[in-house]
Amino acid sequence: MPWLVGVFALLTAAGLYGGLYLAPADYQQGDSYRIIYIHVPSAWMSLFIYVVMAISGAIGLIWRIKLAEIVAISSAPIGASFTFIALVTGSLWGKPMWGTWWVWDARLTSELILLFLYLGVIGLYGAIDDKRVASKAIAILALVGVVNIPIIHYSVEWWNTLHQGPTVTKMDKPSIHVSMLIPLLVMALSFKFFYLIALLQRARIELLRRERNSQWVKTMLLEDK
Amino acid sequence: MSIQEFFSMGGYAFYVWTSYGLTLLVLLANIIIPVSQRKHFFRQSLKRKR
Repeated sequence: MPWLVGVFALLTAAGLYGGLYLAPADYQQGDSYRIIYIHVPSAWMSLFIYVVMAISGAIGLIWRIKLAEIVAISSAPIGASFTFIALVTGSLWGKPMWGTWWVWDARLTSELILLFLYLGVIGLYGAIDDKRVASKAIAILALVGVVNIPIIHYSVEWWNTLHQGPTVTKMDKPSIHVSMLIPLLVMALSFKFFYLIALLQRARIELLRRERNSQWVKTMLLEDK
Repeated sequence: MSIQEFFSMGGYAFYVWTSYGLTLLVLLANIIIPVSQRKHFFRQSLKRKR
């Protein structure tokens, strides 16, 4: 755990130094583009965590592995957080650049649906008392919702959106200068580490709650305090 | 670049720093909430035993 936090802190410091200080201002957007260093990694994480949640949900559904169920539900609030960050920072970037906080274009709308999917998973899990049944239910919901992931990713190509097209994840060379690209990738990696740290914290409390009547938790309580 | 220049973000200070500040808050909450829930869990469990 401590080394995870250390790596995360180092990556974040390096990414922010590179992105906020070293990288030059954009020739069109000035310094406002620096929101990219949290906006894009958050948006990537919102998709990545959803896929992790759906896959671990499926593993739990098929093989009834408790740990997979715990990873699935523990991922949901973290994924919702990154989706929220992507939406809000996008809004704060859209206002000065597009002149509006929000438009109902395909990218923004599908990302908003992703937030509702996460909230649906969290709500559904809370509504069912038997957590093994709840895990089945959220796995099915998460799997159905996977259809939204390619829609979000390709929305900027399939439809005419106000949101710009991809500049990094395309077959061609990324159309972003390397001095801006490196901090972006470093921040993306730092957010991956954050996910791991937050996931472990969530999984710990989830596991304790589920296993509170099991012998190992009782023994731990006796030994600990 | 002076410190004032850095913080003014070419006139976009409000948008940039609100984004970063909000992100920090949301990420912090993602650590604080499960940790405090775990503390609460241990307190409750000990109370039940007594």
